[in-house]
Amino acid sequence: MNSKQHIPLSLKIRSSLIALAKKMLDPVVAIFLALLVGSVIITFTGDDVVLAISSLVLGAFGNLRSLGQSFLAATPILFTGLAFAVAYRSGIFNIGAEGQFLVGAIAGAYVGTLFSHLPAFIYIPIVLASGGIVGALWAFLPAILKIKLGVHEVINVIMLNKIALYLTNWLVSVDGPFRQGSVQPATPFVCEVVRLQPILPKSPMNVGYFIGIVVAYLMYLIMWKTSSGYQMRAVGYNMHAAKFSGINAESSIVKAFMISGALAGIGGAMEICSVFGRFYAGFSPGYGFEGIAVSLLGNNHPAGIIISSLLFGALKTGAMRMQILAGTNVNLVKVLQALIIFFVAGKWSITELYARYKEKKRLSDRGSVANSQKGENQ
Amino acid sequence: MIEMFFQILTADLLIATLGMATPLIFGSISGMFSELTGVINLGIEGMMLMGAFGAGIVSLATGNPWLGVLFGMFLGGCMGVIHSVMCIKFRANQSVVGVGINIMAAGIPAVMLQYYWGNPGRTPQVASIKNISIPLLEKIPLVGRIFADINPLTILALVLVLCAHWLVYHTPFGLRMRAVGHHPKAVDTAGINVFAIRYISVITSGVLAGLGGAYLSVAQLSMFVNDMTAGRGFIALAAMIFGKRTPLGCFGAALLFGFSDALQMTLQAIGVPIASDFLLMVPYVLTMVALAGFVGKTVDPAANGKPYVKS
Repeated sequence: MNSKQHIPLSLKIRSSLIALAKKMLDPVVAIFLALLVGSVIITFTGDDVVLAISSLVLGAFGNLRSLGQSFLAATPILFTGLAFAVAYRSGIFNIGAEGQFLVGAIAGAYVGTLFSHLPAFIYIPIVLASGGIVGALWAFLPAILKIKLGVHEVINVIMLNKIALYLTNWLVSVDGPFRQGSVQPATPFVCEVVRLQPILPKSPMNVGYFIGIVVAYLMYLIMWKTSSGYQMRAVGYNMHAAKFSGINAESSIVKAFMISGALAGIGGAMEICSVFGRFYAGFSPGYGFEGIAVSLLGNNHPAGIIISSLLFGALKTGAMRMQILAGTNVNLVKVLQALIIFFVAGKWSITELYARYKEKKRLSDRGSVANSQKGENQ
Repeated sequence: MIEMFFQILTADLLIATLGMATPLIFGSISGMFSELTGVINLGIEGMMLMGAFGAGIVSLATGNPWLGVLFGMFLGGCMGVIHSVMCIKFRANQSVVGVGINIMAAGIPAVMLQYYWGNPGRTPQVASIKNISIPLLEKIPLVGRIFADINPLTILALVLVLCAHWLVYHTPFGLRMRAVGHHPKAVDTAGINVFAIRYISVITSGVLAGLGGAYLSVAQLSMFVNDMTAGRGFIALAAMIFGKRTPLGCFGAALLFGFSDALQMTLQAIGVPIASDFLLMVPYVLTMVALAGFVGKTVDPAANGKPYVKS
């Protein structure tokens, strides 16, 4: 067992770096291919390709301001991505992050207006937690319906997405209780202490994304380093085997669903703290659905989701500049996102193709050997 | 109270029900085709949107809405081709590909509209398919009113339900479809091409979803508006699971959604003193109650979501 200690540190670092590079290769190639296809589309629509792509990249990473914007745009999808991943790893298809995000956001916006005298380091966690609790409760309903009555969770969360949309719209409508005299259909602004402040000069960047990274690490610990996390993943991997080994699958499903809902809800409350300061009708432009893509692209693993959410956030931010400077519609980014998803999901990558080529060669070598042996026998 | 009841329960309500249900019928049957053979199709929403887009632009360009419908079906079919190649040939995660298709379909129309008309949001007014009356059926008492003012695409949807039922339960191909969904290896052993059946089903799924989308842009409205499916693809998905992946079940579930949508509109029109947001929730709450109360467990095809690897 001492063999590990004999490997020099430099070698260990080198091998882990190589492993990381190998893991990163496929997504990087996918991004490159997507940009290539995107360039063809841009050429087709008659815009300047070089200007469009360069403004896309510069608009996302060019200076501190755009970099900060990219991080802000990545924050909500980081949370909804994590929400999807927890459920997915536990065998649940939660496409309800959209609804959980909305109810979490409005809960955060409401709690954020209540206590103006609390200091920020207590108050912000309270706001985030209230979003998380309401999100978890919103996810509890489909979970309990699934385990008690066997109703497919996918239908119920789709229904709950719509119900959350109309419920929150009503809460901030003219007759709604949360509107309190504002002109637009929105809640009043939250207390100033709740709002996250920029941490860099000339940049809107705040700590929101980094709180997200901490939450991602916590999720990693829960899912991979605790026994209930192990049970959840076991149920997700093979429900029957998990049940047979004595795991209470029902409680695992409820737990996973509620953690998932809580993560989406925290994401909603975070969006209140970090960007808007209040809830308004039509708060989420599909963050829940984007979270699915982010999670799947990041292999449903917290580390992968941290990177893929930043990538999607950067694309969205850069697209604004691309539209202004090159005239290409901002929605081109959606096509790019979809292409990246296809290239990653379809494993159209160098490593995979190389592996397939080697496998084919191995099989054909074996086949020719077998054939020649057969020939000798005859 | 009773007076109000009769105010609500009119033939108009039935007509509106069928109208709202039509895209859902196409969408849920589309999902059924794909999932019966064991390929999850989360991309119905995107396929419908591409169908709506294709129908809108060709109807605008040619002035013939039927050519638009054909092109909408073609674009939906193209999405089906992408879905099937990714899922069957490259064995990608089927849910991932479906999500990718939805994102892609949300992006393409805006880019194209901006290029052609300078307005990324919508097309100008396009030629649309007008309602017709069916000569003999309209004379039937009670339900006759429905046939006096019905859209040809709605008739097509009703015919599709019957055809799909016949295909799935009374033909060898339907038997093979169901078998591929449950036990592809057994089908393969019997000498039937699993991949071919899956390709046909998934591409058909795309074509039908495109048809459902086309109804939105050239029959219900007469223009294409960005994101005009507004989650109908997902509702169709729910209707398919609700209907237990049978054509008649899908039809019933789509009608239920259509009915609660129509009911919501009628209640708003006669001025019931309930906030409109709560009325808009009615279809979705109704579905959850119905599922929890009456329908209960649904069983997925055994091979749903699993790519087939020929060994």
